[in-house]
Amino acid sequence: MFGYIIRRVLLMIPTLIVISIISFVIIQLPPGDYLTSYAAQLSAQGDTIDAQGLKALEERYGLGQPIHVQYFKWVSGIILRGDWGQSMEWQKPVKDLIWERLALTILLSSVAILVSWFIAIPVGVYSATHQYSIPDYVLSVISFVGVGTPGFLLALIVMYLAMSQLNQSVGGLFSSEFLLAPWSLAKVVDMLKHLWIPVLIIALESTAGSIRTTRANLLDELNKPYVETARAKGLEEGKLIWKYPVRVALNPFFSTVGWSLASLISGQTLIAVVLSLQTTGPMMLRALMSQDMYLAGSFLLLLSSLTVIGTLVSDIILAWVDPRIRLRG
Amino acid sequence: MANVDNNDMDMLEEGQDVEEVTAKEEKVYVASYWQLMWWRFRKHKMAIISVVILVLFYFVAVFSEFVAPYDPEQYFVQYKLAPPTRIHFIDTEGQLCWPFVYQITQEKDPETYRNIYIEDTETPYPIQLFVRGSEYQMWGLWTMDLHLFGLSVPQAEQGIFLMGADRLGRDVFSRTAYGARISLSIGLIGVLLSLTVGIVLGGISGYYGGIPDTIIQRVIEFIRTIPSIPLWMALSAALPNDWPIVKTYFAITVILSLIGWTYMARVVRGRFLAMREEDFVMSARLVGSSEMRIILRHMLPSFLSYIIASLTLSIPSMILAETGLSYIGLGLRAPAISWGVLLREAQNVRSLALAPWVLIPAAAVIIAVLAFNFVGDGLRDAADPYAR
Repeated sequence: MFGYIIRRVLLMIPTLIVISIISFVIIQLPPGDYLTSYAAQLSAQGDTIDAQGLKALEERYGLGQPIHVQYFKWVSGIILRGDWGQSMEWQKPVKDLIWERLALTILLSSVAILVSWFIAIPVGVYSATHQYSIPDYVLSVISFVGVGTPGFLLALIVMYLAMSQLNQSVGGLFSSEFLLAPWSLAKVVDMLKHLWIPVLIIALESTAGSIRTTRANLLDELNKPYVETARAKGLEEGKLIWKYPVRVALNPFFSTVGWSLASLISGQTLIAVVLSLQTTGPMMLRALMSQDMYLAGSFLLLLSSLTVIGTLVSDIILAWVDPRIRLRG
Repeated sequence: MANVDNNDMDMLEEGQDVEEVTAKEEKVYVASYWQLMWWRFRKHKMAIISVVILVLFYFVAVFSEFVAPYDPEQYFVQYKLAPPTRIHFIDTEGQLCWPFVYQITQEKDPETYRNIYIEDTETPYPIQLFVRGSEYQMWGLWTMDLHLFGLSVPQAEQGIFLMGADRLGRDVFSRTAYGARISLSIGLIGVLLSLTVGIVLGGISGYYGGIPDTIIQRVIEFIRTIPSIPLWMALSAALPNDWPIVKTYFAITVILSLIGWTYMARVVRGRFLAMREEDFVMSARLVGSSEMRIILRHMLPSFLSYIIASLTLSIPSMILAETGLSYIGLGLRAPAISWGVLLREAQNVRSLALAPWVLIPAAAVIIAVLAFNFVGDGLRDAADPYAR
């Protein structure tokens, strides 16, 4: 097991390197470089351009030098000094901007996963044990519609309903008075008040899929002889279902948690833009729009790395649960 | 192919006396693969309904100039944010009659100063089919002025807005009809592009195995680790703003296919791997068929249905991606008209509360996506008609 983990971690390194190269290439894609637009922006604001300051920045990121030199300066800055570059729009180092956003993104996604399981598992089990009953049909239709409705459109519809019915704006994670305030207990409480709508919307997309999976998996299990045996021995039906076949049917859930986290992070990007949440999505969009490329590139790099790590965690859990995988290696 | 299938069927029915085979069963035995597939598909009611809906949607997309009563860019200054025009079937005397609309006049609400629209029951205008209206270039080729429906009065006097009018007084229905053209075709073209790359690479991967397989699988794994929406966002943000619509359209399609092909390649590879071991492939090889012939003549027909099913199932994600990207302003931009571009009208929640009908393109997106999902689901079930 230990050897398997080591091997997987080593395999991850080349992937991360390629991801960093791609993120860097994307940073470089827009015409012109960051300093030119930075200088243009400064002079547009009427500031005098500090020639020395520009020179220092040029030196720091190796601008004007061959592209691979720039890449190495960028990567070594991140690895050695934790320097993710400078955001020209925010006039701040990127590292001061991203972590809080990233933490909120991960928090939101994790809560959304838990919520979606909390809904999907009982519903899926009910659907499977009452196959072809009316509630099963209704739930199937709902989950089909749920799979088909993209989160950001749902977010739009929810916002419209809240606005027209309750005359309330549901966007954002914080009330306006806490938006710029430092973290405090009151801010956390305020966030929890706002959290549930985005969480439900983000969770819905994966919930619908999870209901289908639980139902299908459990239906496969229910016909197996061991269920019949347990029933024949007189085990109480509810206990029997939840103790044996459900546990087997849920296996793929826990082993794919890393992947679902990754797809949730990707999926919530658009939802976050619609609901203007203080997560990575809207900030990355803004960075892309204003060609604030160090910021955008950092987000791409971080989100991709999260996915890679998520996949790694999934694989390790899978190997831990199912010995056949680690033996095949 | 057919012979093999019939043998399979016979084996399934082993033990049954040949004499007892009824005419109905005989029909099943001799039915071709596609016929069996159709019979199975037919049972999936939602899939059949969805096919009808999709045919309707694509008809609108192909003939949008004809279906839309107005030019999508035409402003009706007197109908800014006008609600959907009510269509009446019962006239003032309570008689059922041909659908008509009343003259609508704009007034200011004395308290809120908002525009309100009031029906003038004195002047009804019947809705006419195949009416002559504004001129347009059909497919950019020739000039026509025939519209599927409309009012007989000049547009300046009275308009018909099935889905209301937007902020600038443009007809949302006409715009949605034109938007269908881009939104529905981007899914098809994107999927075909993904399919081409996916079949070639997935085919190589599955048929030859070994080192090419390992390399291609690594690349696929890698592409799939990058979160798709952030990557799409970053790539489409790099497209120059001043590109013409057609160029942006194709660039977006290519960007979407960049991830889409990996899914197709997986499906094709899986099928190839399963098929490679089949007896009929081995027999073809033994009688000396060329590789190309084995692939095209023997393997392709037997997994074509799977490919069609997976194709159908991957169209929705393309449509959604285009809608999402255009909605946040990174995909197509006005003056291009797609459902995502139209939804930008719905970005401001307050204006949304005033004019919820600008959300109607979202309904079109959801219906199209659901329909494709149902059809794909039905096709997937039907793809293997021999499975019980």
